[in-house]
Amino acid sequence: MTARPLEPGPLVRPYGDRQDDGVVQLSFVLPIPPSERAREAAAEVARKLGLTQVLVASMEAAAERYSFFVVYGRTDVAIDLASLQVAEVVTRKKGFDELNEFSLREVGRRVVVLGACTGSDAHAVGIDAIMNMKGFAGDYGLERYPCFEAINLGAQVENVELARLAVERSADAVLVSQVVTQRDVHRDNARRLVDELERLGRRQQVLLLLGGPRIDHKLALELGYDAGFGPGTRPSTVANYIVGEVLRRMGKELHG
Amino acid sequence: MLLADGRHVPDLHLEPGEVDRCRELAAQVTAPVLGFVAQHTTVAIERTVLRLLGLHGAGPRGIPQVNLVADELHRRRLLGKGAAWWLGYVMRQGARDPGAIVEAIASLPEQPAPLPPAEEAALREAVTRETRAAVAELRSRVAQRNALKAELGTGPRPHKYLIVATGNIWDDVEQARAAAQGGADIIAVIRSTAQSLLDYVPHGATTEGFGGTYATQENFRIMREALDDESRRLERYLHLTNYSSGLCMPEIAFAAAWERLDMLLNDAMYGILFRDINMKRTLCDQHFSRRICALADITINTGEDNYITTADADEAAHTVIASQFINESFAHRAGLPDRLLGLGHSFEIDPAREDTIARELAQALLVRTLFPEAPLKYMPPTKHKQGDIFFSHGYDLMADVVGWVTGQGIQLLGMMTEAMHNPSLADRYQALKGADYVYRAWRSMGDELQLKPGGMVESRAAATLHAARLLLEEVAADGLFAAIGKARFGDVARTEAGGKGLDGVVARAPGYFNPLLDELEAT
Repeated sequence: MTARPLEPGPLVRPYGDRQDDGVVQLSFVLPIPPSERAREAAAEVARKLGLTQVLVASMEAAAERYSFFVVYGRTDVAIDLASLQVAEVVTRKKGFDELNEFSLREVGRRVVVLGACTGSDAHAVGIDAIMNMKGFAGDYGLERYPCFEAINLGAQVENVELARLAVERSADAVLVSQVVTQRDVHRDNARRLVDELERLGRRQQVLLLLGGPRIDHKLALELGYDAGFGPGTRPSTVANYIVGEVLRRMGKELHG
Repeated sequence: MLLADGRHVPDLHLEPGEVDRCRELAAQVTAPVLGFVAQHTTVAIERTVLRLLGLHGAGPRGIPQVNLVADELHRRRLLGKGAAWWLGYVMRQGARDPGAIVEAIASLPEQPAPLPPAEEAALREAVTRETRAAVAELRSRVAQRNALKAELGTGPRPHKYLIVATGNIWDDVEQARAAAQGGADIIAVIRSTAQSLLDYVPHGATTEGFGGTYATQENFRIMREALDDESRRLERYLHLTNYSSGLCMPEIAFAAAWERLDMLLNDAMYGILFRDINMKRTLCDQHFSRRICALADITINTGEDNYITTADADEAAHTVIASQFINESFAHRAGLPDRLLGLGHSFEIDPAREDTIARELAQALLVRTLFPEAPLKYMPPTKHKQGDIFFSHGYDLMADVVGWVTGQGIQLLGMMTEAMHNPSLADRYQALKGADYVYRAWRSMGDELQLKPGGMVESRAAATLHAARLLLEEVAADGLFAAIGKARFGDVARTEAGGKGLDGVVARAPGYFNPLLDELEAT
């Protein structure tokens, strides 16, 4: 056994039950019935993915012509954390009361936030989690914050209509949720709002946030948004981000 | 309590006066709505009559012939007399095939001449005869379906309900067969997102959809044919369901009845609350579509589970119960017997809280006890699901346990990848394997368990029922339209004049002629 440094090094590898063992688990279906040949095919899939010490832990008939596999293996891949290019929204958070008080004092008015699930997407669950009074996982939604004038427009809001409302209400921030992502319909749809605001000459006045199960910050930036939030985002993270950005645009700071 | 399917569930004591009062109030809520329904028709209802009478095709740019005719009549303010009447009118003038009928309607004068009484009587008689013949054929198709079901038998309750949603009907068929081989009893083909907002039913087999597959009569036919074949292979009848909701409720119900579907999502208020469809439109359409379901022996699934994906599941539990009483009353008024009422509810309380099982069990058992003859459709968690599929799988199994112990009739199996992507074949396999384990392992526990008198489950159920009764008192006093305006259901407020589709609601004119409705009401 080799001695390990106490501090983790700059390289990281998947962790099974000991440092650097490189253990990963996979599950997948092959469109063939279970057989020894099918088992070997599953193992070969794992090996071609670069795994070694491959173990097909389970092979079951998921239907007459389909087999379900659980496979373990080890990888030699090691990642140098310093080499990664990561776009990430970093927010240091203030608590609910503190943020409200600070925002009302420093911004000097309520920050206007519109939220909508746009296009033909009928799933209000994401925008509701962030906007509704009730919030999500015990974290209050933006409607509950006195420092925001938060308006949840719900689902199936047309981009043209949303852009019009953003201008009419002088919105500081617009939150767009995209849940349906089949055939990348969310990308085109999300971009349409950016185009529309640009057409109205108001893109720079509005902070644009994009959220959803298949959204990350990098994708949001690509689509012309200011920030992206993925699954599990808490309303308080969004609230802190909005106040921080509004202040920054005023030449102030949230964390002085 | 012993259920009709032979299963036992723990006895739940309820105040009989409270239950009776809820039913009485629900009847008060629905009566005035039925008064409104009896004086109106909608473009969707009239299109349904035209479909029955043979206008199946699509015109240029894929617009269904029934839309061409109904829109033309509506534009000329003639629809209040009933599309069937105008169909008879142009047929008497010599229009025979669908194309000619569409053209003849389009070239009606702005003020068509009224008919002499003898002609009028002959017109009605001829169209009624056609209608009866078509309804007789519809009945025989339903009878064929029921015969196959009786021959093969169905799986034990609860029926396991699995979703396919590829967007391509042929891929759906492959996925549905695989799910059936894994043990599914019911296949639901999820519709393309926002189809509910289309004021027409798309035509033909479709291979492109967003988040689901278009509901078309041809897609229904393709899937039912595949399931008939698979049912025979597996020697177990496989049910098919789709969505009679949105702006085309009655047309979807008709297409489903014709193609021998077994179940339909059909809720009196879902479209109003969650799709912002005008309430007058939805309430007229739901009644007509439910009459078709009654004729075709189609089990409806109501959508109360949706309320608690917007409102908090724990706080809004009573709104589910109140709505179920309302849905039950509407269903009875449309001639649906209890055995066809798949009233919906779900397992949605935030799993981060304590004692959620006691509260979920109280709710599910309350619904079971209130509606003992109804099959009941139990939905798995969705709202609090995230990307951790391992947690989600465990979470789904808890819903399976509660569904089993409380004797639900239809159990929609949760997908571990809910909130991530359309279900994979592996997700369905795992869901079926887990549910089968739960049903096997908990087999006799519904009969073994007794609730502690005055304990958490019993008190919670009593409190929920009480709150539902108070809500129903309020809705009965305000009227359903006003109550929806005050966001009493699902935390969503809608106005009488708001929402989509109001311009498709038409007052019935004197002499309104709808021979399909006459047949349905005589059933």
